[in-house]
This record gives sequence, C-alpha cells and structure tokens, in this order.
Amino acid sequence: MIVAQAKPFPELAQMLQDARRVLVAGCGGCVAVCQAGGEQEARILAEAIRLWAGEQGRPMEARAVVVPRQCEPEWAQSLGPAMDEADVVVSLGCGVGVGFLAEVRPGMRVLPGLNTSFGGGTVSPGVFEERCRMCGDCVLGRTGGICPVARCAKNLWNGPCGGSADGRCEVDPQVSCAWHQIAQRLTARGETGFLEEIAPPKDWSTAGDGGPRRIVREDLAS
Amino acid sequence: MSRLSEVLAAGRFAVTAEIGPPKHADARKVRELARLLAPCTDAQNLTDNQTAVVRLCSLAAAVHVREAGGEPVLQLTCRDRNRIALQSDLLGAASLGIENVLCLTGDHQKFGNHPQAKGVFDLDSVQLLAMARGMGEGRFLNGEEIKAPPRLFPGAAENPFAGPSAAFRAARLAKKARAGARFIQTQVVYDLAGFQAFMAAVRQLGNPVPVLAGVTPPKSARALKYMQGIPGFRVSEEALRRMEGASDPKEEGIRLAVELIRQLREVPGVAGVHIMAIGWEEAVPRIVEESGLMPRPEIQETDGIGGAA
Repeated sequence: MIVAQAKPFPELAQMLQDARRVLVAGCGGCVAVCQAGGEQEARILAEAIRLWAGEQGRPMEARAVVVPRQCEPEWAQSLGPAMDEADVVVSLGCGVGVGFLAEVRPGMRVLPGLNTSFGGGTVSPGVFEERCRMCGDCVLGRTGGICPVARCAKNLWNGPCGGSADGRCEVDPQVSCAWHQIAQRLTARGETGFLEEIAPPKDWSTAGDGGPRRIVREDLAS
Repeated sequence: MSRLSEVLAAGRFAVTAEIGPPKHADARKVRELARLLAPCTDAQNLTDNQTAVVRLCSLAAAVHVREAGGEPVLQLTCRDRNRIALQSDLLGAASLGIENVLCLTGDHQKFGNHPQAKGVFDLDSVQLLAMARGMGEGRFLNGEEIKAPPRLFPGAAENPFAGPSAAFRAARLAKKARAGARFIQTQVVYDLAGFQAFMAAVRQLGNPVPVLAGVTPPKSARALKYMQGIPGFRVSEEALRRMEGASDPKEEGIRLAVELIRQLREVPGVAGVHIMAIGWEEAVPRIVEESGLMPRPEIQETDGIGGAA
C-alpha cells in the first residue's frame, strides 16, 4: 500500500490561516489502512481544526467527509458538491488523492494533510517499512524478493558496499543491509550466480526519470 | 603510461598515499602535499568530497598534483554524478593526462555537510569500473564509438572487514577485477589476522588483481576509538592498548604503522600499501622510510596526455 503520515499540525495550521470553511476529505484506501487518512483520522483532524480555530478566536467551520478512494475520478467527483460549500479542502488522501481533488475544482485550494511516504507495509504494530519504489522494471526475481532500489541506501546492484557491518546498513543501524539479506537468501538457496554476474546499469527511464509515467492498456481503453 | 601501472606491472611493492582537497578554493596546500609525497610514494589519491563534505573537486586537485610533479589517482564517486557526468569526467581526466581512476560508489550524503542532498547513485562502483574499461576500449556505455578513447588505469576499493564475510568480500574484489579494476586499495587495516583471512580468500580466487593494503597511522587513542565506531571499520585491541599506554601517542602511531607495513609486506598477494594520513601527511615520508620502502622505483616518464595513441 501507499504509506503516509500526518503532516505536523502547525504546518497545516499555517496553511489554514485564512480559511473559514474547511472540508477535511478522508480516503478509504491505503491511507485508511495505515491509519493516517481514513474516516476516523478525518473526523479527528476536523475536530482539531475547530479547536485550534476556537482558541485563536477565529470563526472557522470544519467538517469531515470520506470516499472509498480519492484516486478514482468518480469518487473524487462525488466530493464536488461538498467542496463547493468550503473555501479550503484538506485532503487526507495520498498525493494522488490530493491531485485528483484539485482537478475536480481547479479554482479551489486543496491542501495535503499527509506526507505521502512510500510503498510499503506494516512489519509490526505501528511500524511501517518501505518495500517498493515503483521503478517500473521489477528485479525482485533476481534478488531473492529483496529490493535493492527501495531498500539499499545507495541503490547498489552489486552490493553490499563496504559499510555493511553485522547485517546492518551504515546509513542507519536500525535498518538491515538489503544486500546482506540478498546474499544470505540467495546463498541459502544455492544461487550464488549473483556474485559472479556483473549486474548492468539500470534503465532509470521507467523509474520517473523519463518524465511522468503513463500506462495505456488498449485492452481496457475502449 | 601511468607510473602506478608500471610499478605494479614490474612487480615492485607499490606505495600510494592520500591527499584530501581543501574546503576552499586555494590549492597551494594540495601542491605542497604533492611535493611532499611525490618523492616517497608512487601515486597520490585525491579524494572526491570524502564523507560527502564539499571540497575542491578531485579532478582539479589531480591537475594541481600533476603540475606539482606528482602522480594523481583521481577518486570518482557515483554519489554526485550520473552516467553522463561520469563519462564526461573520465574523458576530461584522460585529456589532462590523468589515467589512474579509483572508481567508488561514494560515502552516503547523510554523513556529510549537506545531508539534504539528492544522492545520484545512477551506477554503482562495479558498473563504473565496467564503464571505464569499456571507454578505454573505445565504447561509451550506450555502445557508441569513442573516436579517441581515454587511456585509463581504473582501480577500486574493497573493505576486507565489511559484511557478510571475508570470503564474500574477496569474491566481490574478484568481481571488481572482472569488471575492470586493475588495482585495489583496501580499507584501513589494523586487524592483521582478519586481513590475512581475507587475503587467503583472495588467493583462493587466483589473486585476480594487485591489492594495496590500507594503512592509517593513528594520531591518538581517541582517533582510533572514533574509527572503531564507523561501520565496516575494525580496530584491533592491541593497537588500542598500545595507543592508550603510549607516552608519545604520535610516535607510537608512526611505529604502529611501520610495523603494520612490515607485516603486510609478508602477506602473500599484497602488492603494496595505501597510506591514508589525511591531516597528518607529514608523517608519510618517515613511515615509508622506516618501513624500508625507500627509494621508490625509477620509472621512465612517457607522454600520457590525451587518448591512447
């Protein structure tokens, strides 16, 4: 899923200085699963905005709504009427949701309530880790299911680097060295070819370096 | 021809040292260090924004060293350059007569003075080596022909003490040799037994490339303890004990380095030493002298400017 976390409230409050009627739009997709932008978080944020405005002595309304997925144009469109009643929208969707809501009403200010962080999942309660950087050319079949793009701080293809110590990454000892894990997993499987093979440079043009990405599926586009 | 390549090809025990370019635009110190180190070493590495701290660029520093009579080893990292810039820099270096290039992935920007920087890491060190070799053979990375190919002598680094094991690090060294590394400079060695285990594994793989063992004279017990805290560094208890008990730590540091070099020379497969004494380069001539490595071999100077003739 897309993992996101709430922006610090003071940062959001700064952006809401001039607002009078705020619509907090939650999303029932990934951000609800990682408990950053679902219905409950939208209600809590609307309440927090009202409390903050009250303390400041500002007249400000804030109401919460939620749609199953902000990244579906139909669901995003369905928020149009509610958006019309507000002067500022805070989207608790990922960046895709924020962008889609802004397209629904290009004249309105749509603010991100979250920092969209990574493609990942929960590894233990309350702990989320990155697993995918959506580079558009998956190599997991060659690396034992451990991604060197998402999980090696230096994006190595022929790792591990000289900073790998005791299975930890030099950049953050909290983080496992991805290449140590790849080496262990492939060696245990008896697949040591990766040690011999010089992995060629990656084609980053599929990874966003070729500009915004677009997929056209002729079989679906009718 | 690269002097370093000739020393290694002649089977002479090579000595290289390191020069850290300054954090400003005055290169007089670089030239001064080149003059200090040229008589006692075969080549001098110019670090490339080491520990990701902004410094005078290694290519410019290499030119200063060359003009001051030294033999530069240009360090080139993948952290700050994509494949376009790396190839451009390799052409530029060769055009200035700089052949020795140490191909590195680079220290992560997190450790430097601009931790907000976007790390490039378009290639890794192994891919950079392969690209440098290909360019020397007249091909850009994309396969296009290079009309005047750069004459390069690519090298690489290896850390005998990093994970997962000495055998794995030796296999990675061999991989770098296959990719195009013509020499290896290792991480600092204090743990001789650990290094011997690594070299035994390298020998098992047929000694694929000359290995220059890294040596750093410790300035103090504190400096040594600091190094111990860096991931991938291994400091021996004995070295630490000796430095802690020393009445004159700098003298003891030099003695330690000299003893280590004498021991490293005895390790089969070791083709030289790489002395890293950044900030204490004055110690290098004495270390080389007392290690019995003077005078350095005479190599006939040949014109090395431009592409391969």
